[in-house]
Amino acid sequence: MTAHLVRILDRVTRVRGVRGAMLVAAEDGLVIAESLMEGVRGNALAALAAALAGRLGRAAAATGVGSATFVHLEAARGALLLVPAGQGVLLVTITDAGVNLGLARLEMLRAVAEVA
Amino acid sequence: MRRARVIEPWLREPLERFLGETGARLALLMTPAGQVLAQYGFVRAVDVMAAAALGAGIAASTGELARMLEERSFRALNHQSPRHGIFLAQFDSPRGALLALVVYGPDSSIGLVQLFFEELVGDLAQAAPPASRDAPALAADFERDLNGSLATLFR
Repeated sequence: MTAHLVRILDRVTRVRGVRGAMLVAAEDGLVIAESLMEGVRGNALAALAAALAGRLGRAAAATGVGSATFVHLEAARGALLLVPAGQGVLLVTITDAGVNLGLARLEMLRAVAEVA
Repeated sequence: MRRARVIEPWLREPLERFLGETGARLALLMTPAGQVLAQYGFVRAVDVMAAAALGAGIAASTGELARMLEERSFRALNHQSPRHGIFLAQFDSPRGALLALVVYGPDSSIGLVQLFFEELVGDLAQAAPPASRDAPALAADFERDLNGSLATLFR
């Protein structure tokens, strides 16, 4: 099962500039499966990304715009991308600054469709 | 700012940082015997004493189970309910083995608690003053210390 999930994640990490992708239990902030470059702290990324997604979800609900379908957090040296994968699972991707965001997003949505 | 009650000042900053990062609702730092060194979120002394006794008892029980299974020890224990999670972990500090009991709500997660617990352990190791030789634990001293500790925790 985990090997199957890692293969799905590998499709995302094959995009140039993607440093890692992981499936995270949204409520617990724990890693389900990961495909990460060396130096990326998976457990920290999972916990913080899940916390961020939870807070953004509450903010979205409070503003009445519905639940988030894609989150893009841009930072100085890269980006954090989040897509809900259904059943309380979150697809989290971390990228370098020069990544093709459209392609990364497309592969994330394809990966989510396979997970669900 | 989450203001913890501490018996020894060096515990305050690491614990308050942990509380701020995790959003934990209740926290206890104690010795494996159940002597409380710091607390956050408890309102009544009797609740602290009960939680400390239960936490120490659980840690002792799981430690014994670990020995039966020829494990060195269980690192941490997590109980999850729909509204709350309970995290109990034993760790080494320069002042000896300590136990942490953390209760968190749906605005936090076990992932966050585990992540920042690792940092708490590191921060405590750095903040601990040099070890001092403990005085013998006489019965009268113990009772006086216990009363003093509870007074400090709920001042």
